[in-house]
Amino acid sequence: MATLPPTQRFASEGSGRGKQFLARTVLYATAVIFSLFAFIPFAWMIMTMFKTNNDLYNPRNNPFLYNDPPTLSNLDLLWNDTSFRTFIFNTFLIALVVMAVTVIIVVPAAYSLVRLAGRWGSNLGILIFLVYLVPPTLLFIPLTGVVADLGLQNSKWSMALVYPTFTIPFCTWLMMGFMRSVPWEIEEQAMIDGYSRIGAIWRTVIPVSIPGILTVVIFSFTLTLHEFVYSLAFVQSSGEKTVSVGVFTELIRGDVFFWQSLMAAAALVAIPVALLYNYFLDRFIAGFTLGAVKG
Amino acid sequence: MSIPAPAPQHRRQRYFFDNERVLGPLLLFPAVVYIIALVGFPLILAVLYAFSDVTVGDPRIRGTENFVGFENFRDVFNDGVFRKALRNTIVFTLVSQVFVIVFANVLALVLSADFHGKRLVRFLVLLPWTTPIALGVLGWFWMLDSVYSPIDYIMRRMGLLGPDSMFGPGRNMYWLGKTDLAQAAVVVVHIWRTLPLATVILLAGLSSIPQDVKDAANVDGAGFWRQLFYIRLPLLLPIMAVATLFSLVFTFTDLTVSLVLTRGGPVNDTQVLSTWAYFKGIQGGNLAQGAAIALFLLPVLIAIAIGMLRLARRSEND
Repeated sequence: MATLPPTQRFASEGSGRGKQFLARTVLYATAVIFSLFAFIPFAWMIMTMFKTNNDLYNPRNNPFLYNDPPTLSNLDLLWNDTSFRTFIFNTFLIALVVMAVTVIIVVPAAYSLVRLAGRWGSNLGILIFLVYLVPPTLLFIPLTGVVADLGLQNSKWSMALVYPTFTIPFCTWLMMGFMRSVPWEIEEQAMIDGYSRIGAIWRTVIPVSIPGILTVVIFSFTLTLHEFVYSLAFVQSSGEKTVSVGVFTELIRGDVFFWQSLMAAAALVAIPVALLYNYFLDRFIAGFTLGAVKG
Repeated sequence: MSIPAPAPQHRRQRYFFDNERVLGPLLLFPAVVYIIALVGFPLILAVLYAFSDVTVGDPRIRGTENFVGFENFRDVFNDGVFRKALRNTIVFTLVSQVFVIVFANVLALVLSADFHGKRLVRFLVLLPWTTPIALGVLGWFWMLDSVYSPIDYIMRRMGLLGPDSMFGPGRNMYWLGKTDLAQAAVVVVHIWRTLPLATVILLAGLSSIPQDVKDAANVDGAGFWRQLFYIRLPLLLPIMAVATLFSLVFTFTDLTVSLVLTRGGPVNDTQVLSTWAYFKGIQGGNLAQGAAIALFLLPVLIAIAIGMLRLARRSEND
């Protein structure tokens, strides 16, 4: 995000000091209220994950305090006595495949749309981006049939196959933005120097696009972690589940909730993903604004 | 874009793949195949399923004997739960999006100002979007627990819950167990979830308002509210439309919030089209009916896609 010039203030009306003070107060208060609204469920997760059973399940206790000293035993339970490790492993394995497939497909596609497709390239690019908006909830039923037909039902590979359907459209669009900023002249020079077109792309465009490729990798990873619907529909046995579905379905058994471990699992996955996502967010948004914002 | 003639001192070889007419489609081919095979084809399959008798156990359409006409749609529509789900989907989406647009404008305005701790605030308000949705909703699920809800505790301490109190005599609100409260909870979680996305899109729009426009307004002595209504909001309108369309799609088609928070309950009062399609199609094994239910999402999606295309075209022509 571009840093704002000092001339721009929240309220430029500041005709008096009092008014200025009021504006700042409103600004900070609003920021705090929205931060709390967004953060409270996560704060509650973090609070819960260190509580003992005695403390947690006594309704007389003040839930905002540690009436017993905080404990790590819930994390121990989560790591050693649940399928959490399997979920993490499955998720990473799927993500790895999805990242590789996405990069291999998206980089050439974006290059083609930006450099070779001419005028209809950007239209086709928008069309591909719109595919990202076809929701999993519309496709999960027929895809369940397709996955069963391919013999992949109840297997993590069903997700490795299907997840690129949403990473490819989105990442092609992202990658197109990066490719546009690569000057044509360096490629041209490589070809004048005797390289083939593909050789020129490999030696000039790809190295310059590394930040773009990295962004694509990160988003393939985070979108894989975010996905819930396909995972829920395709897989029933706990050995094949991903984190987002596994935590929800396996750590709640009938009426027995392992609340602290459940919250630990949610927080331990959610917060790192958020940090990663946050770091690359501006590029994500640049993709979402459809070019309606310039500069 | 033509390749310029090679300089005479270099021997310029011709390669087959240098032909743009060959290379262009070739590089695009894998992406197009993937999308056609696993998005385009399933989309058609969804329509075929809706007119057939396929189940999870037997998902293959073999021939015309599998087609049952409008039977699935008739069954689906005659089910009171479906009508509830349809109504809920529309109401939840519209109500939450009204709040999202208002809040997103306020929040974008806050985040476009300079203040201490802005990076932290940005990180925090974006959390609901940047974290996996199912996990975030689990946090709400626990906060709204029927016995251990911290909100109930606060209300008890304030004398709002418990014997002889405003919401008493029970000691708990049962947030997810009563129709109106559960519906409100689903709407609040939707607001919580899509607000960050709408906000950051608007923020991108705000930062693109040219500085000279702001300077001119300042010089002319236009106050905060005047600038807001006469400069910021009108200039933001196209980007606000983009933000609205995106958050509409994500809310309208969402399955996770209702499923994780309430599993459609109590008595199907928070059921939406996607959860109902899941319960019928996957859990109930009736793929055909599930597909018929999910197809009701399509008209709205097509309308939104057309809106997007118009916006994209307009910004291109500017």
